[in-house]
Amino acid sequence: MPYRVEVGLKPGLFDARGERTKRQILHAFPSLSIDLKIRCLDVYTIDASGLNDEWISEAFLDPVVQDIAINEPLTRDFDWYIEVGYKPGVTDNVGKSATYTLKLITSNESPVYSARAFLISGALTREAATGIARDCLANSLIQYFRVMDPDEIRTVQPQISVVTLNHTPSVQDVSLTLSDSELAALSRERTLALTAEEMKVIASYVKDPLVIEERKKIGLADKITDVELECLAQTWSEHCKHKIFNAEITYEENGRKEQISSLFKSYIQRSTAEIREEAGADDICVSVFTDNAGVIRFNDEHNLVFKVETHNSPSALDPYGGALTGIVGVNRDPFGTGIGAKLIFNTDVFCFADPFYSGTLPPKILHPLRIFEGVREGVEHGGNKSGIPTVNGSIVFDDRYLGKPLVYCGTAGIMPRVINGKLSHEKTILPGDLIIMAGGRIGKDGIHGATFSSEELHEESPTSAVQIGDPITQKKLTDFLLRTRDLGLYRALTDNGAGGLSSSIGEMAQLSGGCRIELDKPPLKYQGLDPWEILLSEAQERMTLAVPGEDIEAFLALSKQMDVESTVIGTFTDSGYFHCTYGDKTVAYIKLDFLHNGLPKMKLKAHWKDWSEADPQTPVPADHNAKLEEMLSRLNICSKEYIVRQYDHEVQGGSIVKPLVGENCDGPSDAAVIRPVLDSLQGVVVSNGIIPRYSDIDTFHMTACALDEALRNYVCVGGNPEHWACLDNFCWCDPVASEKNPDGEYKLAQLVRTNKALYEYTKIYRCPLVSGKDSMKNDYVGQGIKISIPPTILISVIGIIDDITTAVTMDIKKPGDLIYLLGMTGKELGASEYFATYGIIGSSVPRVDAQGALKRYKRMNEAIRKGLIRSAHDVSDGGLAVALAEKAFAGSVGISADLSKVAVDQDLNDTEILYSETQSRIIVSVAPENASAFEQLFGSDARRIGQAIPDRELLIQSRRGGLIIDSPLSKLKASWKATLDL
Amino acid sequence: MTQIKALVITGFGTNCETEMAHACRLAGAVSEIAHLSDILKGKIRINDYHFLNLPGGFLDGDDLGSAQVESVRLKHARIETTGRTLFEEIVTFFQRGMLILGVCNGFQALVKSGLLPGSPFGKRRVSLIFNDSAKFEDRWVRVAADPSSPCIFTKGIDHIYLPVRHGEGKFICDTESTLDEIRNGRLASLKYADGSSEPTMTYPSNPNGSADAIAGICDQTGRIFGLMPHPEAFTHPANHPGWTRLKELPSKGEGMVIFDNAVQFLRGIV
Repeated sequence: MPYRVEVGLKPGLFDARGERTKRQILHAFPSLSIDLKIRCLDVYTIDASGLNDEWISEAFLDPVVQDIAINEPLTRDFDWYIEVGYKPGVTDNVGKSATYTLKLITSNESPVYSARAFLISGALTREAATGIARDCLANSLIQYFRVMDPDEIRTVQPQISVVTLNHTPSVQDVSLTLSDSELAALSRERTLALTAEEMKVIASYVKDPLVIEERKKIGLADKITDVELECLAQTWSEHCKHKIFNAEITYEENGRKEQISSLFKSYIQRSTAEIREEAGADDICVSVFTDNAGVIRFNDEHNLVFKVETHNSPSALDPYGGALTGIVGVNRDPFGTGIGAKLIFNTDVFCFADPFYSGTLPPKILHPLRIFEGVREGVEHGGNKSGIPTVNGSIVFDDRYLGKPLVYCGTAGIMPRVINGKLSHEKTILPGDLIIMAGGRIGKDGIHGATFSSEELHEESPTSAVQIGDPITQKKLTDFLLRTRDLGLYRALTDNGAGGLSSSIGEMAQLSGGCRIELDKPPLKYQGLDPWEILLSEAQERMTLAVPGEDIEAFLALSKQMDVESTVIGTFTDSGYFHCTYGDKTVAYIKLDFLHNGLPKMKLKAHWKDWSEADPQTPVPADHNAKLEEMLSRLNICSKEYIVRQYDHEVQGGSIVKPLVGENCDGPSDAAVIRPVLDSLQGVVVSNGIIPRYSDIDTFHMTACALDEALRNYVCVGGNPEHWACLDNFCWCDPVASEKNPDGEYKLAQLVRTNKALYEYTKIYRCPLVSGKDSMKNDYVGQGIKISIPPTILISVIGIIDDITTAVTMDIKKPGDLIYLLGMTGKELGASEYFATYGIIGSSVPRVDAQGALKRYKRMNEAIRKGLIRSAHDVSDGGLAVALAEKAFAGSVGISADLSKVAVDQDLNDTEILYSETQSRIIVSVAPENASAFEQLFGSDARRIGQAIPDRELLIQSRRGGLIIDSPLSKLKASWKATLDL
Repeated sequence: MTQIKALVITGFGTNCETEMAHACRLAGAVSEIAHLSDILKGKIRINDYHFLNLPGGFLDGDDLGSAQVESVRLKHARIETTGRTLFEEIVTFFQRGMLILGVCNGFQALVKSGLLPGSPFGKRRVSLIFNDSAKFEDRWVRVAADPSSPCIFTKGIDHIYLPVRHGEGKFICDTESTLDEIRNGRLASLKYADGSSEPTMTYPSNPNGSADAIAGICDQTGRIFGLMPHPEAFTHPANHPGWTRLKELPSKGEGMVIFDNAVQFLRGIV
């Protein structure tokens, strides 16, 4: 007889979780005007018998503040009781810890399932309570809920979410002797995301007489097995193979045609190769584009490892699980680079629709506020519980992200350059090394993640692709592996992400020349999985390792001691084959060469059309103070403190420039500085740039601006512009033209132009791209509606600061300090935040003068090293007016500025000077005693536009004289803070 | 001079061990980080050390409430070589006159396993529960010390500035008489304070709604100390969130005083 246990706060105590849940409900149902009270209970269902009540209490009860009820309701004092728990097979971290805890007490393992109960007091109908459960408290993809009244709770039955698959695992042979349309249908049915063309390549491989011969020897038929087909589909997926970036493209612009053999090779890889060659001995790159993450030099002893990923599709369906899996997933990239890095920071950038969106939602689309909150919480749990500080990030709002939110998660690591006499960034595997899977177990979770993310989101998208990460299992795994790394107990490792074992072992097998995987060996969460599912499952928190036979005993012993499950699941070979067995039968036997190199190149067309809208006359606001407040309150400009505070940004003890800075620790920092080695003064600097609005006009300039934004942020805090590197993360709408995607050629042209800009500008800045990722199908199709995201690129920059005590923050420090604007201001309001307030896009998208900018950035660095600069803040969204306001209220020091002192390149009116988004500009404040040294260094590039003043006000003088802005800082700050104070 | 040996325990979700060990080192101790499983295996013995550190983190993911699982583990998991529980081992360590410091999740573990406020050891009488905001928050707070407290760690402190980074830090007692005992024994050695260093119940200066503004407590001897703010996160002056506004950087971070006090005390007795 199972036990149903309820635990809740004693009556009279303030139920903080209940209050917060109430706020969430009221946000989701603003029309709900009744007086609600919510109480939160924890529910544990124990599938066991013969347990003593005292044991249960010891495991689950905090006797200081809680009451417990076993097999009876804790209370019936409510109107509605909503229980929310996980569906069978969904990761239940609390349940897992509960099982472990009971075992500590009883020495017996009894499965425990966790749920949460929300006791609502308030005059609601059952329908209304059900609506709250469905639309606010539970996500029906992964959770069940039940709504009960005080009578029904008396007879409530325990809900046991056990997986029962009455399925005998088997392997199917699949015939590919089919017509094109049948092949396409098969691909769609199995979520293979392969084209008929690609299916035909596989079909002809299996028909090759030599292949048939080899397969016969090993006991395989002349049909392909489902294990092989799934493995090929995963390996050849857009997600894993970046087909679009490697495609043969015919690009047409204004009647001129150009052949591009591969975007990746022609632009990204080429830029890096050329920068490295020009740098010679000063090359900071260590390992680029080959491993799970990029590796650059930190100093003579250490290297830095950095990677940013996206997790968009899963986050659209289950924002919490999707984002949590996103962050703990990207952790494994730097962790699985070379022979493994210690993780030192996370960075997150989100793109959402307006969280206050009030339109109707297409099917399967969650409300943007729910996405926002779920993603926020997922990243909070993933980052905080892993003990990795979240030091930098941003949020971009645009209603086109309703179709798919973008969730960029990045992680950096540090590793000693040499470990046990070997270069740590290199991987070697020898034939005969054992294949180990360490960490979590395999279930159906995440199957088809790689192929699913290679499609647009549609109404029938597979829900099995959704999963929930488990940061503690992963923390235990990384603790264990860092130790075995230093003990030299393995030769190589890589992470299990998209594509699971198929991908990780498939990639590693290239190092030894083959592999033999025993698919009946990996531990499963529950029985009944087919071999192809075991191979493809994307169950989280797993690493694959190559362990030499002589080390296996020590490896497994330490693994057991540290409570990490590690299993030998095969052997690396030099057979030339990707070979899988199940029991005594071969179930997959694919030539490694075909697996990795058999995919035919796509051939695509791209056609660029110039943007046709012209700039209108710039609207001039009647009241400049009110306009500035409106600008500050805009979603893309307003304070993100609500989110930032919920992320631990100082764990590991190396926090130097935090995301929130200034007099009251609430100013928006430009970039982060951390000190990863606590007995050194050398620091790591990280920043980002993202500006998808500009894509409406031209992705070329959008990209240049994103790169420049990331670099100027980096420079503002004191980052060294001669030791920087960056990552590109593309999120695109489908750029492959088809019937259902008629403007695909234009979208591909947008992608081409982005790559051209990347090449051109990274070269000028000498900032090598060291790793990246692309997510190409960020569209939503449902009920005849198609929503495509604006083409988006995130540039993440990493580099160093030689002495962290020279770092600079953005807040004005002292009245009397002089305010300078570096760089010329042009009439560049195209796609600006200012134009957006009038619903205008215009055409004058900012253009980057990279040569001039680089000179400025180098001077900035020199000035910072010399201690000439008290504060520096980049000018970006919302232009000069917004940047001045932020600087002033962050420092609680007023500013008086004069627009006639601003250097302009043509005739700009006051409004245009205030809100133009011309790039590469920086506002700095300088102590009067340093003014002449500063001016000497910058010459005419620096214009003194004002001074910090004792009154806490922002005073801006018109070009024609007279104040056009005179606003107390408290008022400006209040506007800036109110929008997202959830 | 005797070497002061600090032990910093990690594993199962603890994540502040590196900076905790660094702080112990800066204070003059030799410090070692030990995975809990090494202690359970008998490879490392708590009682070979003088200063036991339980750092912050998310033991077992805070899954059943912060440090709930840890409190069960301390009492039930046995050391392979001796058959003793970790809890027994820690009590012996205390009885040898040594020092125990728990920060954040470590404080939660001390409280939930009944090592604080102690008397008797093993009975949970106070707890740390969800912040009134029901949010995890990372923010810097001013904490003021009680000069009459027996606490070894807070000697000489007037007030210091430290970050809190927790979701479950609201201090609460089982009964009014426990709170009185804490008041009378001057056990609440650190309190959340306002700008004039007076204890405050106002958010966000008091970030979680703790009773009596309690940020940290010690036992009667002052040798066991737990606190929610992170002294190990402020070992270098540039950890201060407003350090770029200071005219001159001090020689060390304000959190160091806690570790300096500990090491100085131990030098006097071992």
